Amino acid sequence: MSEKSLKDYWKHNLRYLFILLSIWFVASYGCGILWADTLNTFKIGGFPLGFWFAQQGSIYVFVILIFVYVGLMNKLDKSFDVDEE
Amino acid sequence: MGVQTWTFLIVGLSFLLYVIVAIWARAGSTKEFYVAGGGVSPLANGAATAADWMSAASYLSMAGLISFMGYGGAQYLMGWTGGYVLLALLLAPYLRKFGKFTVPDFIGERYYSDTARMVALICAIFVSFTYVVGQMKGVGVAFARFLEVPFSTGIFIGIGIVFFYAVLGGMKGITYTQVAQYCVLIFAFTVPAIFISLQMVGNPIPQLGMGGSLEDGTYLLDKLNQLSVDLGFVEYTSMGMDDRVNVFFITAALMLGTAGLPHVIVRFFTVPKVRDARISAGYALLFIAILYTTAPAIATFARTNLIQTVSNQPYTEMPTWFKKWEESQLLSFEDKNQDGRIQYVADPAKNELTIDRDIMVLANPEIANLPAWVIALVVAGGLAAALSTAAGLLLVIATSISHDLLKKNLNPNISERGELLAARIAIAVAVVGAGLAGLNPPGFVAQVVALAFGLAASSFFPAIILGIFDKRMNKEGAISGMVVGILFTAVYIWYFKPQLGGPGTPEGYWFGIKPEGIGTLGMLINLLIAIVVSRLTAAPPASVTAIVEEIRIPRGASTPLDPH
Repeated sequence: MSEKSLKDYWKHNLRYLFILLSIWFVASYGCGILWADTLNTFKIGGFPLGFWFAQQGSIYVFVILIFVYVGLMNKLDKSFDVDEE
Repeated sequence: MGVQTWTFLIVGLSFLLYVIVAIWARAGSTKEFYVAGGGVSPLANGAATAADWMSAASYLSMAGLISFMGYGGAQYLMGWTGGYVLLALLLAPYLRKFGKFTVPDFIGERYYSDTARMVALICAIFVSFTYVVGQMKGVGVAFARFLEVPFSTGIFIGIGIVFFYAVLGGMKGITYTQVAQYCVLIFAFTVPAIFISLQMVGNPIPQLGMGGSLEDGTYLLDKLNQLSVDLGFVEYTSMGMDDRVNVFFITAALMLGTAGLPHVIVRFFTVPKVRDARISAGYALLFIAILYTTAPAIATFARTNLIQTVSNQPYTEMPTWFKKWEESQLLSFEDKNQDGRIQYVADPAKNELTIDRDIMVLANPEIANLPAWVIALVVAGGLAAALSTAAGLLLVIATSISHDLLKKNLNPNISERGELLAARIAIAVAVVGAGLAGLNPPGFVAQVVALAFGLAASSFFPAIILGIFDKRMNKEGAISGMVVGILFTAVYIWYFKPQLGGPGTPEGYWFGIKPEGIGTLGMLINLLIAIVVSRLTAAPPASVTAIVEEIRIPRGASTPLDPH
């Protein structure tokens, strides 16, 4: 693999990481902790929203993030021809 | 059949299952012993990682903790799941590509230094050993409470089982027994929750039932908030104002610690490919999330049930489980105002009921009047959780000694058979040592688990991340970062933990951070020092930069550069 395309591959990877980890941070530390009080004034079903993020929602977001990452990386590996097939 | 007969039967059957799996999955080489031959399917690795990760504490104590903490319990829920995102995105794929057997292996080679390897090795053994002693204690407690055998006999039975499959099968045996243990523990955890959710809110899915409404139409959480406020507690769903800093820091310390714990990281060395490492982190978190989203539901149900059952009720009319747990001293009632009723309130001067948090999961099936076999199942699940975590930790200790210390340091010419034998002896000694320590645990074991997370967060996590993402990082930076990070964290925890003999008081906390959350700050200090020192010292050799470029791309992982 050439030096340039390795750099390019890595740059794409870092961009995915930045976006996904931003969502990770917002869902847990943001919605679940920092803004929980404000969000608690809203409700979904019987859950105050901030409390739901802290004890349920953030965990669902974590699971989804990993599967999205797997999908993105598998595609990226193929397009740069560095996959393991 | 009574509860005890059911318990013997179900626990016995589950143990038999583990033994059969262990015989089927014997290890024949060091590669099988250390990383199960590197051929575990991602799904199986996901289940094994989940069982490895969820300890006796997750299973027995967490729901109880949450039910007494309310909103604040979120720090455990998010902290012990969010770390998997970091693992999947920042660590697992690259460490799998690197393709060695242990965490000290990576540190030693990436930082071209035996000193770095030794620092990592000592951290790994210390972190794992403190953790495993608590698991052994959990096994003893579960046996003692439900099978009415002495605590020590319980631990000996636990030692026997782990000894058998860990010594025989190494990582291979441990992996496949962990898959079986995951199935047992998740079934045992969710079945009572489903029953109770149906009883209380008529919804079979506890995660939704928690937000459901009671027969009179009020939402369960609103009802619980009302009950809590009436008794002088904080609203269940809202955070106390001064909590925010600590919820933030403790959540972060647990997440970073999760991503730095060696027994979790090594699981990703067992799958064949880089893409398998990524997806199996996803499966692992999915399997863990089933328990971690059920636990807060159990906490809500149990808390509501408890308050409604006991609050201001006559002591003489308490159900049989109340008496039973009173006998085992996990519940105690003192009629301070002599009115014959139970006052369960926030004010300690007026409160008459003391409850051990652990009771919530254990007593839940009884409180909800579930059949005897469900109660037996809960016991088998608790044992599965404790045994699976213990085995994973013991393997880390054994491989640290036979591989990192013996093979890489003391005697590089040792034969394959010699190393395998050494690994078996090391794990045998570790099992017995942990069991004996569990028999007579130092009083601070529970405190030390918090320490383990803080230490992992402030030592391994930055060293590994920088090793992958910062090509310029050199051995001077990594070693000074690890040493300062771990010392800072250990000293802070010791200083502010009276149980460890430290002189500090909460007034002295830096920025108000409790010792449980200090690993986050330790991690940041490590990171900062490593970067500054590395920029002031010589760049790493070109061969090391080449390793970093190599681990950043997936291709080539199935054929390791250094066949062992």
